[in-house]
Amino acid sequence: MASSISLWVFLYVFWFLLSGHTEPLLLGFGAISCAVVVFIAYRMDVIDHEGHPSHLSFRIIPYWVWLCIEIVKSNIDVAKVILSPKLNISPVMFKTKANQSRELGQVIYANSITLTPGTVTLGLEDGILEIHALTIEGAKGVLSGEMDRRVCKVKGKMEGHNE
Amino acid sequence: MDMIFDILSWFFILAGSAFVLIGAIGVIRLPEVFTRSHAAGMVDTFGTALILLGLMFQAGGFNLVLVKLVMIGFFLFFTSPVSSHALVRAALADGAKPLAEDGSNLEGAYKEKGEK
Amino acid sequence: MMFAAAAAALIVAIFLGLIRAYLGPTIYDRILAGNMIGTMTVILIAVHGFLAGRPEFLDIALVYALINFIGTIAILKYFRFKDLGHAGTDKGREEVEDDA
Repeated sequence: MASSISLWVFLYVFWFLLSGHTEPLLLGFGAISCAVVVFIAYRMDVIDHEGHPSHLSFRIIPYWVWLCIEIVKSNIDVAKVILSPKLNISPVMFKTKANQSRELGQVIYANSITLTPGTVTLGLEDGILEIHALTIEGAKGVLSGEMDRRVCKVKGKMEGHNE
Repeated sequence: MDMIFDILSWFFILAGSAFVLIGAIGVIRLPEVFTRSHAAGMVDTFGTALILLGLMFQAGGFNLVLVKLVMIGFFLFFTSPVSSHALVRAALADGAKPLAEDGSNLEGAYKEKGEK
Repeated sequence: MMFAAAAAALIVAIFLGLIRAYLGPTIYDRILAGNMIGTMTVILIAVHGFLAGRPEFLDIALVYALINFIGTIAILKYFRFKDLGHAGTDKGREEVEDDA
């Protein structure tokens, strides 16, 4: 029930931001359509703890700031490689271990690696990531394990809180 | 104040356009699908983010236009790694051999049990 | 003026993406090019909204971003499992790999 109400509030805020109308009639219609969507989601049995994401915390925001800086750096590296006349790529494939204890942390780590240009995650099974990197420098950047440590730090608190 | 915003917009939009073009050139120049996905990822993350940032300075203060630009940016930020991961995984499962060296000898790489 | 410059750069980049989609050589190169063109179209619609002074275009850009993501995933699923109604579970993946 708490998840349903939280989903409704989230949907209503989203509806308001998209429409921008403030007439009482339209606000009422918005409330009714959000309620219908919540009812359909309830019937489909897709309302779970992710509808009320209390397991995410604001500690992820400093991580996002750091990730954005990393994305800028690696973008400039990849742009240099593409624009170099001889196209000096050295593609490399390797496996590395994700040290996060739960799936959410591992998914955040894998998505962060894919989001940074120059490295892309090919597979994630049992905490072992398979990575394709455009240059050997990019591969060394992942293997230095700084991103892994930072994701562990972000997730450490949340996982402790959840269990 | 408008002057500063205009200059910032020009800077971000021109930088974003440059990165979009470099990414498109990379998709043409790079040899096969795994390396091309890096160039496409560049367009998805940095090029679009910079152009959206440039547009945000022209939104004219805190209003729904700014909120919608932020929403588009967030949405692309979350979906771009999912679609590029799905693409390379589908290509790998379809039997495409990546043009890549084996990096299992690099320092810190995970080794399968039984390997040295 | 700055919006026109961004629109021009995006149109040139979309044209380069079309060349890659035409050249191929594999189906995944074409899907990659299509996904990239879709992302650039989202930005082009947003830029056009500012260029024409009609911010309502941002709604269309948002919807196009959703359609582009769902479309890419659907096409990949179709070529992966040869069936859009497939459950996509691990069991199904093994079956597909056995067939291949």
